[in-house]
Amino acid sequence: MGEMEQMKKEAEALKTQIEAARKAAHDTDMASAASGVAPAPRVQLKTRRTLKGHLAKIYAMHWCTDNRLMVSASQDGKLLIWDSHTGNKVNAVPLKSSWVMTCAYAPSGNLVASGGLDNMCTVYNLKTPVIKTVKELDAHTGYLSCARFLSDTEILTSSGDTTCVLWDLETGKQKTVFLNHVGDCMCLSLSPDMNSFVSGACDSLAKLWDIRDGQCKQTFQGHTSDINAISFYPSGNAIITGSDDCTCKMYDIRADQEVISYQDAALNSGVTSLDLSASGRLIFAGYDDFNCNIWDSLKGEKVGVLSGHDNRVSCTGVPGDGMCVCTGSWDSFLKIWN
Amino acid sequence: MSSKMQSSNNIAQARRTVQQLRVEANLERIKVSKASADLMHYCSEHAKYDPLLMGIPASENPFKDKKPCTIL
Repeated sequence: MGEMEQMKKEAEALKTQIEAARKAAHDTDMASAASGVAPAPRVQLKTRRTLKGHLAKIYAMHWCTDNRLMVSASQDGKLLIWDSHTGNKVNAVPLKSSWVMTCAYAPSGNLVASGGLDNMCTVYNLKTPVIKTVKELDAHTGYLSCARFLSDTEILTSSGDTTCVLWDLETGKQKTVFLNHVGDCMCLSLSPDMNSFVSGACDSLAKLWDIRDGQCKQTFQGHTSDINAISFYPSGNAIITGSDDCTCKMYDIRADQEVISYQDAALNSGVTSLDLSASGRLIFAGYDDFNCNIWDSLKGEKVGVLSGHDNRVSCTGVPGDGMCVCTGSWDSFLKIWN
Repeated sequence: MSSKMQSSNNIAQARRTVQQLRVEANLERIKVSKASADLMHYCSEHAKYDPLLMGIPASENPFKDKKPCTIL
C-alpha cells in the first residue's frame, strides 16, 4: 500500500531526526560534568525497625505524607498500616483478592488503594469507624501494577494492559486513558508539580505524559529489558528508572535523553524498586539479589548497600521528610533504615 | 477479521506512530551540560536538608531507640 510505505519512510526519517537532535545536545554526560563534585559520603545505614506481621511475600509499600504511617501489601491477602515510629500495626485491611501487586496512601491520609491480578484498583476509607471499600475501579483488562493518588478524588493507575488511567473517584469512571506503550506498564511516578507523570513498561521505554491533555510528550530509550521502577527527581527535571537489565538510569527531561547509567559488572540481578533521598543525591535501589544498593546519583558510584533481607527486595520507599528508607521483601518483612 | 479491516487497522496504527514521532521530534532540547549543571546545583542547594546524606543526630532520630543503659 502506498500510504503504509510513505508512513514507514516518514517514521524512519523522524526517528533519525530525533537521534540527531539528541546527539547534538549530548555535549557531555552527567558523570563527567560531576567530576569536580565532592563524592557523597560512604553511606552506612542501620536497621532501626524490622516490621513483622505479613505471612507471605510483600509486593509493595507506600509512605503516608505524615512521614510516620505507611501501608504495605502482601500476597497473604492483607494491607497493613504501620506506625513506623513504634513499629505497631495500626490497621489491617483484608483484600478480596490476595494477588496484590501495588498499594498507595492518599496524600490526605484518609484513603488507601490496592490492586493486582484482579485487574481492579480498590479504594478503602481508613477514617470510617470500620474500614470501608469506597470504590472498585474496574476497567483495566490487565493486572494493576501501580496506583498513586493525586487527591481524595483522583487516582492514577498503570496496568499490564499497556495503559495508564486517571480515574475520578467520585464517579468511579475513567477520566483519561494514556495510550502509547506497547508492553505491560509496570510503574508510574507523579511529577512534583502534579501536572505530569512518567511510566515505565515492559517495552523497555519510559514515557512522560501530560495528566490533563492525556498526551505522551516524550519517550526515553536505553534500557534493554522491562522497566520495573521509576521515580521523578525532586527537582522535577529528571527521572530515574530501574530495570530487569540490572541497571538504573537517569534521563534528563529537558535534554530528552539518558545522562547516566548506574551499573556494575558484578551486579547481575534485576532492579525491582527504587526511591531517592530528599535532595536526590542518593538513589536506593532494590534488587532481586536480596540487597538494596545505594548510588550517588550525580557521579554514578555505588556508595553503600542495605543487606539484611533473606529474599528479593520488592519495594523501597523514602518518606517525604527523607528521614529514613523502608525496604519490603519477599521474606515477608519490612525494614526501616537510617 | 477481513484482510481489508486488518490493513486499515495497521494504517491507523502507523498514523498514530508517525503522529507521536512528530510530537517528539518537535521538542526543544537543552544541552546535557546545562541539564547536569542544574541538577548539580539542585543537589548542592538541598544537601543540607537531606537527613540520609548528612546523617541524623541520635537526639533527632525518631527511629533510634533510647534504651536505658544496664550496668552489669
